[in-house]
Amino acid sequence: MNRTRKKVISADTRNLLFGLLFISPWILGFFLFLVYPVLSNFHLGMTQYSGFGKPEWIGFQNYAALFKDPLFWTSLYNTFYYVVLAVPLGVFVAIGLAVAMNQKVREVTWYRVILYLPSVAPVFALSMMLVWLLNPRFGLFNYILSWLHIPAINWLGDPHWSKLAIVLVAQFGAGHIGLIFLTALRAIPPTLYDAASLDGTSQWRKFCHITLPLLTPTILYDIIIGIGLGLQVFAPAYIMTGGGPLNSTMFTALYIYKNAFEYSRVGLAAAVSGILFLINATLAIVTFWSSKYWVNYHLE
Amino acid sequence: METLIRPSGKRPLAEVRQQLLSRFFLIATCLFYLSPMYWMVVTAFKSDKELAQFPPTLWPHDIFWHNFDQATKTFPFLSYLGNTIFYAALTMLGSVLSNFVIAYGFSRIKWPGRDLLFYPVIASIFIFIQFPVNPITMVPMFSFFAGLGLVNSFIPLVLPTFFGNPFFIFLLRQFMLQIPTSLSEAARLDGANEFQIMGRVILPLTRPALVVVALLAGVNAWNDFLGPLIYLQNDKLYTLSLGLTFFKTLHGIQFNMLMAASCLVVLPVVLVFLCFQRVFLEGVTLGSGR
Repeated sequence: MNRTRKKVISADTRNLLFGLLFISPWILGFFLFLVYPVLSNFHLGMTQYSGFGKPEWIGFQNYAALFKDPLFWTSLYNTFYYVVLAVPLGVFVAIGLAVAMNQKVREVTWYRVILYLPSVAPVFALSMMLVWLLNPRFGLFNYILSWLHIPAINWLGDPHWSKLAIVLVAQFGAGHIGLIFLTALRAIPPTLYDAASLDGTSQWRKFCHITLPLLTPTILYDIIIGIGLGLQVFAPAYIMTGGGPLNSTMFTALYIYKNAFEYSRVGLAAAVSGILFLINATLAIVTFWSSKYWVNYHLE
Repeated sequence: METLIRPSGKRPLAEVRQQLLSRFFLIATCLFYLSPMYWMVVTAFKSDKELAQFPPTLWPHDIFWHNFDQATKTFPFLSYLGNTIFYAALTMLGSVLSNFVIAYGFSRIKWPGRDLLFYPVIASIFIFIQFPVNPITMVPMFSFFAGLGLVNSFIPLVLPTFFGNPFFIFLLRQFMLQIPTSLSEAARLDGANEFQIMGRVILPLTRPALVVVALLAGVNAWNDFLGPLIYLQNDKLYTLSLGLTFFKTLHGIQFNMLMAASCLVVLPVVLVFLCFQRVFLEGVTLGSGR
């Protein structure tokens, strides 16, 4: 009796030790690659630091300088503009792709392959392809638009269009999230549709009242990922426009990069990173909190 | 069309119409999604003279291979290919090893606090969307690695992959939770210890999910731009993605050459994707067992 009891307890302890042992790389990584840099952003943000020598404590001077720098505000404006445009559009495109990939045609796998293909293209190559595709004179896009008698648009050279062009690059990578939506679509029991079909409900109504509510958990996931991707958007802007024209694509991540690695204002860049972290965390938490009002967990 | 449809039984006209509509919509969408790659390939084969033509030609007049020749002379393609393979291979190794072990700890052993500790994993997803380097943590991490003298090495890019990635942990955990616990119990009764259960029972069963992790991690490393941009400042260490910046000079961009080089950079990933397309397309499903 005593013996078995002892053995049960030791099995529990053993499980705890093994569990912690196996996840220990993640715990280490969490502190080294997440907690440390996030806290360090706030610490470095209070210093003047060029990247060489010792950081010099200057209190809130970086933050004061930021509040007075119009380019910082422009970068925040551009970033929010991007997020507000790219996140809803991204959800819309992803659901559209999922519906397309769910059509009952024999060769549907081929369509899925093609729609996923740009997602595996290197961002530099894809961005340069788009620079060329959107070239005002020699690009395919304007050429096709000219068939419809639409005058040439200087997509990347005109501040009115430049952000839209960068949002477009992201849409070419929507195949991945589209597949996640496809999985969610196929998890919906067909019986739900059968009942509605008997009532003679139209396709569109079925989509709005059955499909869409059951996709809300995936939509929540997409919005949270989309906010993170949008707030941290860097490579397409760095490659396609370098922040221009007229700073219209100077996103916060690009502002951080330029200050840290081109102007040697590491302390200031860290301060901006800290602010970006707070914005990202707040938006993610608010979105997650709001989910109880609009996300439908019935299927789970 | 009709002959194709008749033998398989009488299909209602509405269904045939629906299929035609679907195909039209699908082909239009696919053409749009293929347009960047199409324009890349077509441009890569155009001569300088044809490139300057207006309106642009939709297909090169004569196939002009010279751009590829010239492109591989402008940047050391083979040595950058080697660097990229090196980076991708180490990333695959780190991702498979670490995420397998971590996911095992989060799914195959029951211990108090396990599910509570999983919340921070999920919560950290939004920071680690760009992996291994992201704009939020890059400044302090760069200072950290610079302090250790590790700039101009692959260590800052590869090391984080050995400590797990929330996306992969989530995916593998979902997969492992679907394996019946009775398998582990049976092995334990036979006298196997935890490491033997992990290596001999669970590992073989998790292989399909590990292939997905390896491929996604490999493609991610192959395509990474921000990481190499910051840490690889010596042009001998450049990866292919970074090498393409060679074509963006002060004199402007020679697009036919850049597109030829891009073809060479994109081709390996596309080939891997086409060979493993089922793994890619079905891999996403693995994580959504919920």
